[in-house]
Amino acid sequence: MNHTRPSGPVQVEVLVVGAGPAGLSAAAELRRLGAGPVLVADREPEPGGIPRHSWHTGYGLRDRHRLLTGPAYARALADAALAAGAEIRPGTTVTALAPAGSGIGHEVRGPLPPSIGGGGPQTPDRGGHTATMTSARGIETVHAAAVLLVTGCRERPRPARLVPGDRPTGVMTTAELQQRVYLGGERLAGRAVVVGAEHVSFSAAMTLAHSGARVVALVTEHERQQSYAAFRLGAALRWRIPVWAGCAIRRVVGRGQLAGVEVADVRTGSARFIPCQTVVFTGDWIPDHELARTAGLDMDPGTRGPAVDTMLQTSAAGVFAAGNLVHAAETADIAAVSGRHAARQIAAALDARARGRGPEPTRLPVRAEPPLRWISPNAIAARAGPPAPPLGRFVLRSWEFRRLARLQVIQDGRVLFRSRPVRLIPARPVHLGASWLSRADLAGGPVHVQLRG
Amino acid sequence: MTDAEVRPADVVIIGAGVVGTAIARTLAGYSLDCVLADAAADVGTGTSKANTAILHTGFDAKPGSLEARLLRRGSELLRSYAAAAGIPVERTGALLVAWTPEQSAALPAIADNARRNGYHAVRPVAAAELYAREPSLGPGAVAALEIPDESIICPWTTPLAFATEAVSAGVRLLLGTSVTGVAPSGDGWHQLATTRGPLRCRWVVNAAGLGADVIDRMFGGGGGFTVRPRRGELIVFDKLARPLLSSILLPVPTARTKGVLVAPTVYGNVLLGPTAENVSDRGDLGTTAAGLRSLLDAGQRIVPRLVEEEITSSYAGLRAATEHPDYQIYADAGRRYACAGGIRSTGLSASLGIAEHVVSLLESAGLALRPRVTGLSGVFGLSGPLGVSGHSGVFGTPPVMAYIGEAGVRPYQDAGRIAADPAYGQIVCHCERVTLGEIRDAMASPLPPADLGGLRRRTRAMNGRCQGFYCAAAVSRLFASSGRADLPRAAVAVPT
Ligand SMILES: Cc1cc2nc3c(=O)[nH]c(=O)nc-3n(C[C@H](O)[C@H](O)[C@H](O)COP(=O)(O)OP(=O)(O)OC[C@H]3O[C@@H](n4cnc5c(N)ncnc54)[C@H](O)[C@@H]3O)c2cc1C
Ligand SMILES: Cc1cc2nc3c(=O)[nH]c(=O)nc-3n(C[C@H](O)[C@H](O)[C@H](O)COP(=O)(O)OP(=O)(O)OC[C@H]3O[C@@H](n4cnc5c(N)ncnc54)[C@H](O)[C@@H]3O)c2cc1C
Repeated sequence: MNHTRPSGPVQVEVLVVGAGPAGLSAAAELRRLGAGPVLVADREPEPGGIPRHSWHTGYGLRDRHRLLTGPAYARALADAALAAGAEIRPGTTVTALAPAGSGIGHEVRGPLPPSIGGGGPQTPDRGGHTATMTSARGIETVHAAAVLLVTGCRERPRPARLVPGDRPTGVMTTAELQQRVYLGGERLAGRAVVVGAEHVSFSAAMTLAHSGARVVALVTEHERQQSYAAFRLGAALRWRIPVWAGCAIRRVVGRGQLAGVEVADVRTGSARFIPCQTVVFTGDWIPDHELARTAGLDMDPGTRGPAVDTMLQTSAAGVFAAGNLVHAAETADIAAVSGRHAARQIAAALDARARGRGPEPTRLPVRAEPPLRWISPNAIAARAGPPAPPLGRFVLRSWEFRRLARLQVIQDGRVLFRSRPVRLIPARPVHLGASWLSRADLAGGPVHVQLRG
Repeated sequence: MTDAEVRPADVVIIGAGVVGTAIARTLAGYSLDCVLADAAADVGTGTSKANTAILHTGFDAKPGSLEARLLRRGSELLRSYAAAAGIPVERTGALLVAWTPEQSAALPAIADNARRNGYHAVRPVAAAELYAREPSLGPGAVAALEIPDESIICPWTTPLAFATEAVSAGVRLLLGTSVTGVAPSGDGWHQLATTRGPLRCRWVVNAAGLGADVIDRMFGGGGGFTVRPRRGELIVFDKLARPLLSSILLPVPTARTKGVLVAPTVYGNVLLGPTAENVSDRGDLGTTAAGLRSLLDAGQRIVPRLVEEEITSSYAGLRAATEHPDYQIYADAGRRYACAGGIRSTGLSASLGIAEHVVSLLESAGLALRPRVTGLSGVFGLSGPLGVSGHSGVFGTPPVMAYIGEAGVRPYQDAGRIAADPAYGQIVCHCERVTLGEIRDAMASPLPPADLGGLRRRTRAMNGRCQGFYCAAAVSRLFASSGRADLPRAAVAVPT
């Protein structure tokens, strides 16, 4: 490792925070589009994001047009970004982000090496943003004309779901499970219960099976499971895992080691004790939005990620966000595609700025109404011929199951669009085309997406 | 046990919570051979690890009680000890908020009570000033009292620092050692039965927390108390909630409980709790659906925006309440025994005061105290009022602990430190920003962790919002590779 001290602020054209599918795809695309230096910082020792430890196949369909395992997919994306000329810095955490000239390095405390802290004013305010990074190389300041936040999302752990009871070992999330098994070579014996019955829950069940544990059940509060038929059938047939729908974990039991969980029928309330040594809490995603929030970006109450317009620009001009930070959680290929979309918008914005072109567009909010849970992007970049969202569509989530739901888009009492009947499944994406964008009044009120009737 | 461990001791302290470790470090200032024994695999794993982490002034204690006196004294001692040892403390101050006219009418009596306890800095705060200081406070607050010296403290570093100091002064720490009985002693020796074999000693100090009544009965039951555990559940909110408050927000207490408070933590989170519920099982540290629900309801009223933030953790602690309103501290000269029981809800703050008091009781009961002179640092005896010796009654030199608070400089923020050792730039636990260097240091410390929980309490690793989603596997591997994964040792190894 290179331990030489950094010498002054690092100057790049674009700083990408996060080397997951979205960040790596964006970096490669930016370089292809002729952007200057692109630096991708990731806090993990290896680039790749979540797929690094997701050892099963199922990656790359929409962006690489073939199915890969997670690690192979992660490697392919990292190789492509490097080949395109991006610099990837693993083991590097971005700890703060602020507009340039706003007192950079405010996160840095204690004595600074003279090369960073010393000597005169920092980069003059010429737009752009300043980030602070910690790595084995030291504390560095990066100045970038544009920043892309692609910090991903995580599963809510047991305490965040307020599941009462004891606090034994053996309680984890899917990502922890997969890192233990696939990166750490751990074996897990005994019985396991998986909480959730969506795509990632079956991924957890597979990992448990690989690790030597016996999955007793997938438990979901919903009235039915929510994964894709092929995946579910595969798992069910191969390992005969029952799905207990309409059930919730009411208590975790075990002093020291996990002894089991109390599972209750959500309707009748009748409960029973299921002995197990491992319980995996899956899904229930929350964006890893700390950096976005501490940077003062507007947050979307639905996605809980930074609010982004159809260009994937946040409330701070020049700061963009993509991937599962803005839609927790979609599959990796969708994250990758959104990264590329952001890259194209960043390249266009930098180009416009270089030509000294006008002010940044204003934003027209797009709001999802219950039972719709969130919509992403959640604003329209309000300029003539508004740019479409990634893949030309908005993505939504619902709180509830609905069989024949019709979406409608309303602005100031005017119907802009009515969809065909769609099926709503809480953990699965619903798509809304963007053809209606041209009908929106860019100077009008917020756009509402709701269920009809 | 090894020969060194079974060597007869002058004093055995049963219980290595914050009280037992404080007593051990205080006794370590004298020429005595002391043993500190705990049933658990680490120090501070009982009530001392699961509380509200407030360094109380004692303003609300019952005037004239032993608790009031030791709390006042102890919190003064701990404040200066913490500063020297690097135990995170933040003097946030507290605002005791009245939400109804009746509660408002009770404030003057509370202020008067504080003055009777010798605490004079309490000050009334009108609603307008209250909201100016705490803009996120829920609507409807009428008035408040400010208690400017109420502080927050790290409950984990505190017993660790005491134990580290004790061990470096020669106290033998026996972990995984549960005291199960005492054989009749006539020869001037106690023979303690433990899960790891017999222990002989001249004197016994009972600091067994929730088990203090059981130990007390082994020594004649002179305390005449029974521990009636009172469970307190708490919720820890995400660090992004920390800007919502600047002080500890206390409710007006009722006859039964001090009520639910909202407080910042030294790790940069926000704490909501505790509940108060009598339980019969002394090991029942489980949280309950009803308890957590009631906390969220209270939090919703006190700081409405708090409950919109993510929850990082929830836990429960057991107060060692008894049928008596005060601490149960006494010495029995005939049995060469001292008891520090019934340390309910203020023991962290009062620990050094309790220790000082217990040691003076032991001396009066006949334990010979000869100050130990250790090199240059010098150790001061009990003769003369403690505290005038220049270091607030602190013997020897406090150890310098790894600083895990949010108010000071953490290693990942310290460019000089990273330049000297790049391991402090390698963040392993991302939510809490704990570096490889800190984990390595904890594993190599004089009191290394016995399990991942111990590593959490020493470094904060895995304590953050993701609860291990990102780092638990990596941290577990680091723990294992330090060669200590097989600890705690089997508890039963009885020498013949
Ligand atoms: C168990 C599991 C199984 C899955 N299975 C599939 C599947 O079969 N097929 C599929 O398509 N998708 C699958 N997914 C989803 C897929 O992994 C995600 O959609 C994808 O990883 C999202 O990419 P991203 O780039 O948005 O975020 P991530 O992959 O989460 O990457 C974010 C990166 O940002 C870094 N980072 C965060 N904060 C900072 C900071 N402050 N400084 C520096 N770096 C930072 C992180 O270290 C991380 O590497 C699965 C997910 C899980 C959890
Ligand atoms: C919810 C809650 C909130 C609180 N908030 C605060 C606060 O904000 N500020 C404050 O100052 N105080 C607070 N307290 C009180 C404080 O935590 C306690 O007073 C203090 O921790 C008691 O310390 P201890 O050493 O007496 O007990 P413990 O920490 O319980 O230690 C006793 C030890 O004895 C050991 N032991 C027991 N029996 C045996 C045996 N037979 N053999 C060997 N070992 C044995 C146990 O393993 C344990 O480690 C709170 C308490 C609770 C429950």
